[in-house]
Amino acid sequence: MELPEDPWRIAGQTLGSRLLLGSARYPSRQALLDSLAASGAEIVTVAIRRVGVGSSAENLYEVLRERGLKILPNTAGCFTAEDAIRTAELGREALGTEWVKLEVIADEDTLLPDVEGLLLAARALVAKGFTVLPYTNDDPVVCRRLEDLGCAAVMPLGAPIGSGLGIRNPHNIQLIKERAQVPVVVDAGVGTPSDVTVAFELGVDAVLLNSAIARARDPVRMARAMRHAAAAGREGFLAGRIPRKFYAEPSSPMEGRIRT
Amino acid sequence: MVEPEGEPWVTLNGVRRPLRSPLLADLVREAGHDPSRPGIAVAVNGEVIPRASWTLRRLERGDEIEVVGAVQGG
Repeated sequence: MELPEDPWRIAGQTLGSRLLLGSARYPSRQALLDSLAASGAEIVTVAIRRVGVGSSAENLYEVLRERGLKILPNTAGCFTAEDAIRTAELGREALGTEWVKLEVIADEDTLLPDVEGLLLAARALVAKGFTVLPYTNDDPVVCRRLEDLGCAAVMPLGAPIGSGLGIRNPHNIQLIKERAQVPVVVDAGVGTPSDVTVAFELGVDAVLLNSAIARARDPVRMARAMRHAAAAGREGFLAGRIPRKFYAEPSSPMEGRIRT
Repeated sequence: MVEPEGEPWVTLNGVRRPLRSPLLADLVREAGHDPSRPGIAVAVNGEVIPRASWTLRRLERGDEIEVVGAVQGG
């Protein structure tokens, strides 16, 4: 079945796919590439790390570029604004892109965003000309602050990174979407295709996911499922859901029933 | 490691090594990277050095050099 075309725009770029994929923790490089293809994603995130002699780091960059993917460096593992800014600058230099997925992490157990550091780093990177895509809490106030600082999107978490717990606070995600002028990308926490569907039913523009595909028993199949889940949720959102009601409402007419 | 007095050295990604040529581009090449291929970035003492400057930048004893690139990440 052909999925309907449903392009969207982020930072002046038009994209056909509403899924962004992380590239970590796949069983193999090939599984990553096949999953990217199956998901239809056009943007893939990478981390910036020291490269050793004869390492395959350049290969990853070239392999992803050859496939026409837009590579989005992240600042994963940075616990201070200073480290995140430096990592972003290295990513820009290495990969030739102004875009950065900004992460400033508070602690290793929750990997939740350090909002104070995040706002500091976002302000600095916007001033340095970066297109800043911040990973943040599902907090509408923080998302508004990030937008006011000039971020090109806001990327609230559905649940902690890698937890697979789904969209823990759908109300907040909806609030964020309703108030934002920039695209809203749910980033982190997705476990299943239905989580992706829920995110899109709430109206978000895109979903960034990694572990839910990479750690699945069959990543390529899960990537394909996520693609369909995204289309289902997005179509459902555009179609307009029925209002919730407390009591039942018959779908068959009550008139014309036989009498016994 | 005992070194002759005055032997120049730097650290590359946290590992100390002798400095054979003062040019940053030579060190990048020594580390197994082709400076003309994209995909890596270099910082010296925390400062990102644009690729175009690698052939000009002279290193000094004790400089801390980081060579980084893209790895699989989320």
